Amino acid sequence: MTPLLEMRDVHVTYATAAGPLPAVRGVNLSLEPGESLGVAGESGCGKSSLAATVLRLQPPNATVRGSVLVTGKDVQTVDWGQLRALRWGEAAMVFQGSLHSLNPVQRVGDQITEPIRLHDGSVSPARASERVGQLLEQVGLPAASARTYPHQLSGGQRQRVMIAMALACRPRLILADEPTTALDVMVQAQVLDVLTGLVRGLELGLLLISHDLSVLGTTCDRVLVMYGGRVVEQGAATAVFDHPQHPYTRALARAFPRVGDADARFSPAGLAGDPPDPRNLPSGCTFHPRCPRAIDVCSTHEPPVRWPEPDRPVECVRVEGAETAPGTAVAAGR
Amino acid sequence: MSVRTEVAEVTAAVQPTERRRRGGRGRYVLSKVAGSVGALFFMLVFNFFLFRVLPGDPVRTLGRNRLVSDKQVAELRQTLGLDQSLPRQFVTYLENTFTGQFGLSFRYRQPVSGLILDRLGPTLVLVGTATVLSTVIGIYVGMVSAWNRGRPVDNVSTWSGLVLYSMPEWWLGLLLLAVFAVGLGPVPGLFPVNGLITTGVDMWSVAGLLDMAWHLTLPVITLTLAYVAEYSLIMRSSLLDEMGEDYLLTARAKGLRDIHVRRRHAARNALLPTTTLVALNLGFVVSGAITIETVFSIPGLGLLTTEALSVPDYPLLQGTFLFFSAAVIVANLAANLLYGLLDPRVRT
Amino acid sequence: MTTAPVLTARQVSWRRRRASAARTWEQFRHRPSGVVGLGILVVFAFVAVAAPLLANSSGLEVTKATGGILESPSTSYWLGTDENGRSVLTLLIWGSRVSLFVGLLATAISMGIGTLVGLASGHFRGFLGAALFRVTEWFLVIPFLPLAIVLASVLGRSLLNISLVIGITSWPGTAMLIRAQTLSIENRPYLERAKVLGSGHWRQMSRHVLPNVMPMVFANTTLTVAIAILSETTLSFLGLGDPLRVSWGTMLDAAFSTGAITTGAWWYIVPPGVCVILVVLAFTLVGQALEEIFNPRLRERS
Repeated sequence: MTPLLEMRDVHVTYATAAGPLPAVRGVNLSLEPGESLGVAGESGCGKSSLAATVLRLQPPNATVRGSVLVTGKDVQTVDWGQLRALRWGEAAMVFQGSLHSLNPVQRVGDQITEPIRLHDGSVSPARASERVGQLLEQVGLPAASARTYPHQLSGGQRQRVMIAMALACRPRLILADEPTTALDVMVQAQVLDVLTGLVRGLELGLLLISHDLSVLGTTCDRVLVMYGGRVVEQGAATAVFDHPQHPYTRALARAFPRVGDADARFSPAGLAGDPPDPRNLPSGCTFHPRCPRAIDVCSTHEPPVRWPEPDRPVECVRVEGAETAPGTAVAAGR
Repeated sequence: MSVRTEVAEVTAAVQPTERRRRGGRGRYVLSKVAGSVGALFFMLVFNFFLFRVLPGDPVRTLGRNRLVSDKQVAELRQTLGLDQSLPRQFVTYLENTFTGQFGLSFRYRQPVSGLILDRLGPTLVLVGTATVLSTVIGIYVGMVSAWNRGRPVDNVSTWSGLVLYSMPEWWLGLLLLAVFAVGLGPVPGLFPVNGLITTGVDMWSVAGLLDMAWHLTLPVITLTLAYVAEYSLIMRSSLLDEMGEDYLLTARAKGLRDIHVRRRHAARNALLPTTTLVALNLGFVVSGAITIETVFSIPGLGLLTTEALSVPDYPLLQGTFLFFSAAVIVANLAANLLYGLLDPRVRT
Repeated sequence: MTTAPVLTARQVSWRRRRASAARTWEQFRHRPSGVVGLGILVVFAFVAVAAPLLANSSGLEVTKATGGILESPSTSYWLGTDENGRSVLTLLIWGSRVSLFVGLLATAISMGIGTLVGLASGHFRGFLGAALFRVTEWFLVIPFLPLAIVLASVLGRSLLNISLVIGITSWPGTAMLIRAQTLSIENRPYLERAKVLGSGHWRQMSRHVLPNVMPMVFANTTLTVAIAILSETTLSFLGLGDPLRVSWGTMLDAAFSTGAITTGAWWYIVPPGVCVILVVLAFTLVGQALEEIFNPRLRERS
């Protein structure tokens, strides 16, 4: 079965006045239909740049190498007609900070209608309006709220509008880029419930991006952890969250204190240092300056990939595990 | 403030905060009307005190070069009501203003209000035409500039806008007059040197209207160029601000072509701060009218004002000041109310 | 045992100011339009200051005029003569003094009033602040030229009066900007601390708010000078300038009223206008460059 989304050795580099800025440096991932994949990492690790490539929304000064395949089609090279059909029709995005992601002077209903009529010009205004009402009710908002303006809604309501809008053209894949950041915790939970409920109910694929590992732990099947433009750890969400292998993932997991963990109450463990400057990446392993487990070889050599478990690649020399993916062809001589 | 700072401030002011505002349209209209009424009243008070607060006897000031005998002075004092108490004078002043009595012009010996009404027509035609033309052209140029930021089209139009902005509009008028009306070297003048209409031609006939249009061509071109510079810079700034907004990314993600994103979303939204800023700069329109009418000798309110300077014809000066200020305040109010209709963020 | 030299608070703040001025200059240097503007200003400042060296002041006196009336440029009169026979080039050079002087004086008046009112209306929250804001708003709506004309006709024609008129008509714009800046600065926590520690209003404003407002004020000042010079030229053209002095505006007024247009005396019309354009453009470019440096919001786009 073709994966819904597949990325092979994707690199995203921005051309800036101060030189090339590598935001994504060789990412591989694959998402099956109906699967939820989380992407975790700090700001600046490249996760948003990665998401932008899925619908070819990267800014003009960005160069993308490698292939980004949505339902088998290479998004970066398809012609405009196919791209337009892809956008919203096959994959749709739910953005963050929806006070700015929605047109402030247009009614919410009109903004949802726009992609519907764009993708199918034959839809009558009446039918479109009916569909808008349905979509809004699916996310728990009254159909009448189609006539409101974004500033009249609360943050949580706006985010639900974004979700309704994303579902307008019956896509198979939803990309949610920090959908719950800047919302109150209670509202966060509500919005996540709505999102995951719909994703499961409609059997959609979900790529959920967040810096909040706990959010990903509860909503996703699998999780990728990104650092400095690369994927440093991957695996089933519960496994990554409960038994993180990479030192960075461990620090990330520890940063969110858990109920029952008495120590965490008094000193939430942070991570010293700053995220790496993409123009000035550390030699060897990008994480080594902040890593509590770094050894000499970390600063001189790129970290190898280790598989402590099947389907659990980790880019770290200190991790114990197989040196090739279990189940793949074994190199001659081993 | 430069155009860009003004745009940034205006755009920031309209961003709704997370808190919902109450009151909506009614509140907005009320606050704008109250503001305009306040401005009008303030202007009236200012006008009143203009001659009375300055050092020296106002009668002497007003009659500077013209009065000789004490009897004339006393007469003038009485005419102007200066022999009454200050509050009483103010009341009289207000009464007069609201009934349209602005006194007698020193120079023409006619009621000022009559003179203003007579000369209003040409000014309206001149300013109206120039404003309409420059708004349409300016907004279009600003849009194209913003969409092509950094490219030659943008650089040329931005720089010429800056140069026009730094130029007194009447100087441009002088140049156009010299080149196209008087003629340069071997090339003869194509347009009349002054006036609104050739003497003897009936103003309301077709020939008369064409003749007036011919007379007004250069002045309108001058004013239009002067205003276009301002409006295109404003629109460009507003649009550039708008183009950085996130909702445009959402629009692109939905499958809209770039050109539609720019037109239907960015440009349309950028018109809102543009409207506000155009309203803020209305005084500029009036100044242009005054100076251009002077250069081209168009018998409108502007020329009336500058002619009044030579005497100095104070009743007339006060009258035109009142009229121009009131016009700008009212136009400003109209623009603000129009904005209130267009931007849902202020009325809900 | 060595100890680090002890610096007084004043020395520390001086060093800090010098460092931030150096940073500002560094950023300014990299903005070509600003640098060009500054270059033009230096040239004109030089011309204005060195006027006596560049052109004999007796060239300004009508009675001593030696040239013919409205002569076109020649080797003896590089820019021709005016209607009195005076060298236009001499008038241009000496005129720069008046135009620049009035521009600067008017700006000083405008910035003085504007800063005071702006700071006060931003700082004082109660009735005073609101009242000042309203007055500023009302003043702002009144159109510039009609107001300037009435004021100038009442006050009389002199350099001081014309500067006063321009200053009085342009302070509201500055006041609004400074008020906005004051409000945004006053939201910052360190001012809370100052208040708690007992700083009076005056101290708060001068020691804390004003230094932070200064950069934008500086940028705004430059732009205000540009507008002031344009205003002086326009008012002089309309006959409200000082009759005893020559400025670029009075030159154009004279050119217009003596029919230089119809006789085609372009040397009388073009140079003063070009000078005004250059100076105003220069101030505008410098002001815009400074605004970009001090207002990060403007920086991403130009």
